[in-house]
Amino acid sequence: MAFDKLELNEIEVWDGNYAAAQALRQAQVDVVSAYPITPSTAIVEGYAKFKSDNLVEGEFVMVESEHAAMSGCIGAAAAGGRVATATASQGLALMAETLYQASGMRLPIVLNIVNRALAAPLNVNCDHSDMYMVRDSGWIQFDAFSPQEAYDLNLIAFRVSEDHEVRLPAIVNQDGFLTSHTAQGVHTLSDDAAFNFVGEYKPMNDMLDFEHPVTHGVQTEEDWHFEHKARQHADTMNIVPGKIDEVFAEFEKLTGRKYNQVEKYNMDDADVAVVCMGTSVETAREVAGEMREKGIKAGVVGLRVVRPFPFMEIAETLKDVKAVAALDRSAPGGAAGMLFNEIAGSLFNTDSKMLLSGYIYGLGGRDLTKKHLVDLYTELQANADAGKLLTKQQQFIGVRGPKLAFL
Amino acid sequence: MSEMKKIKNLKEFSTSADRFEGANLLCPGCAHSIIVREVLNATNDDLVLAASTGCLEVCTAVYPYTSWDASWIHIGFENGSTAVAGAEAMYKALKTKGRLKQPDRNPKFIAFGGDGASYDIGFQWISGCMERNHDMMYVVLDNEVYANTGGQRSSSTPIGASATTTPAGKISYGETRNKKDMMGIMAAHNIPYAAQVAPNKWKDMVKKIQHGMNTEGAVFINAVSPCTTEWKFDPKDTMHLTDLATDSLVFPLYEIIDGHELNITYRPKNVVPVEEYLAAQGRFRHLFKDEYKYLIKEWQERVDKNWEYLNRREEARV
Ligand SMILES: Cc1ncc(C[n+]2csc(CCOP(=O)(O)OP(=O)(O)O)c2C)c(N)n1
Ligand code: SF4
Repeated sequence: MAFDKLELNEIEVWDGNYAAAQALRQAQVDVVSAYPITPSTAIVEGYAKFKSDNLVEGEFVMVESEHAAMSGCIGAAAAGGRVATATASQGLALMAETLYQASGMRLPIVLNIVNRALAAPLNVNCDHSDMYMVRDSGWIQFDAFSPQEAYDLNLIAFRVSEDHEVRLPAIVNQDGFLTSHTAQGVHTLSDDAAFNFVGEYKPMNDMLDFEHPVTHGVQTEEDWHFEHKARQHADTMNIVPGKIDEVFAEFEKLTGRKYNQVEKYNMDDADVAVVCMGTSVETAREVAGEMREKGIKAGVVGLRVVRPFPFMEIAETLKDVKAVAALDRSAPGGAAGMLFNEIAGSLFNTDSKMLLSGYIYGLGGRDLTKKHLVDLYTELQANADAGKLLTKQQQFIGVRGPKLAFL
Repeated sequence: MSEMKKIKNLKEFSTSADRFEGANLLCPGCAHSIIVREVLNATNDDLVLAASTGCLEVCTAVYPYTSWDASWIHIGFENGSTAVAGAEAMYKALKTKGRLKQPDRNPKFIAFGGDGASYDIGFQWISGCMERNHDMMYVVLDNEVYANTGGQRSSSTPIGASATTTPAGKISYGETRNKKDMMGIMAAHNIPYAAQVAPNKWKDMVKKIQHGMNTEGAVFINAVSPCTTEWKFDPKDTMHLTDLATDSLVFPLYEIIDGHELNITYRPKNVVPVEEYLAAQGRFRHLFKDEYKYLIKEWQERVDKNWEYLNRREEARV
């Protein structure tokens, strides 16, 4: 029985979860193997409903845990078809072992992570501690700032991940509740246009080709392991960024929506800048605009691609900026958060005299307000004027309690 | 249903297909390789195989080599079952969509795991696969110990065995718990077929494997796999140990259909005392000290009771 198509309006009002689910439907994912967790559940529920309404033809396997969800995805991907799932927080933590297995086996899979704090204390709201936990797992990681981007980046992620030169799984992050449960107008593609963009799945070393049996997930020790991982790393750094740009450009041609690995706002002449991810990018852009009216040359850098980290473009973007704040939505237990570290690493051996400070914000769903950002830009400007850091290198934004500045 | 492969005799059987090479790193005398060959040789169908981390896996797919001439995947210690379930789901999806490369093929999906991978860490994954009734077979290579990591106890390790984490010592006789009843638990999922097999009874094994492969839905197989290294016996005695296991009824051979209909498939002509089985293995040597002899008696009683239980269930057809 052939499946039915959906007639979408040019603009639909979707939240981030539903937008991602629609992308999975339009990509005609062959196998979704999943386990529910707030705030990501609606993505796979969406797929299941589409299946029950004959809008997709794939298999939906509702497994007994997130670890099994990704295990099923890995088996399905190795068998040779399009695979996706979704999770968050504790689910991602339980899944973590398998993420390394999927990328080490060079299997294309798309995983939606709806960012949520890791317990304890138990908390269902957004921060980036889950995304950070698996940042070195070998997956390509995109970051969506809005429902529109959750939709678009899912389509883009399939293209990049399934490319035969890439063959690496990809994560699409979106902020829990802030994006996943906030309905906005989303520009859609028709079912045909979306599927044509993603393309028919082209298997490679698939287990269901019985003329060419394959072995997946071998054992290596010191004699080969390093070569495998080095190759994977080299491909991640050398092939993936170019492929992402290529797919972004094609997507722009199709939709007019332009994506960049580093999303720059007012950065051409910025003296002070904030680097952040997720929904805070939009808030920062608005505040930066207002700061400009007050004569402060404020800019925003939104990180679209978290892995592979676009370090050259970040270095280029920030080299002439006087004071930069890295906004990390996770408590690092170290000198600096992930973004701080990556930015510092990107600029360390350059001539940049940039003053870099790190801010921890928004843990467990705490709001980042415009007022916070006004204060932040003001602080950055003071640093820039003084030519040195007037504040601690690491600070918390908007948290109660004494002595929350370090270093 | 695919045509069942006809097998006349052991010689023909053992050479009838070679999708698992003799070239592997398993210990001489390891029953794992015998069982795997018997399972694979029972069919001419195409296969999609998975192995959980353990002796079988680390000894048969060491890059850049492989002992497998069939599609094979290893993910981790606990998820061999779900790897195959995922592949089976993809097969179904591509079949529906008409995208199979060789649409006329009728592959079988089989996962292998040690008792550690199955009775313990992978228990939940297997339970999930069985409950969802994937069209797959899960085979336990039950050597009653974590062999690959050097002999720690698992929940399949029988009472009185000395394992590295339950070593026999001055004040200990080793493992204190009874072996977990995996067959009972798996059958309780109401899967269409569950069976216990042993490599020495190859005809019985082939029959069960073929039955399992021609069953639509989830199949659970528990295979006794004497481990020369951890059970501590001479590699040439693997089949002798297997004979002792089945003929002492320590490892009875039976099947459970649809979760309830139990059939005993092998009744030894001469039942061997359990003591003989225990005496043949270094892991039970300490039980023969005077202070532990009572355990041997208890062992015999437990085996007798279990045999009686199986017979009653067979009779009662429940
Ligand atoms: C998550 C995880 N925990 C522990 C291990 C270590 N480990 C690898 S194999 C193994 C034991 C395997 O025992 P079993 O499943 O009984 O198979 P056997 O080697 O006896 O055939 C263990 C503990 C692992 N690989 N992964
Ligand atoms: S340790 Fe035991 S199970 Fe492992 S390869 Fe050797 S005999 Fe086989």
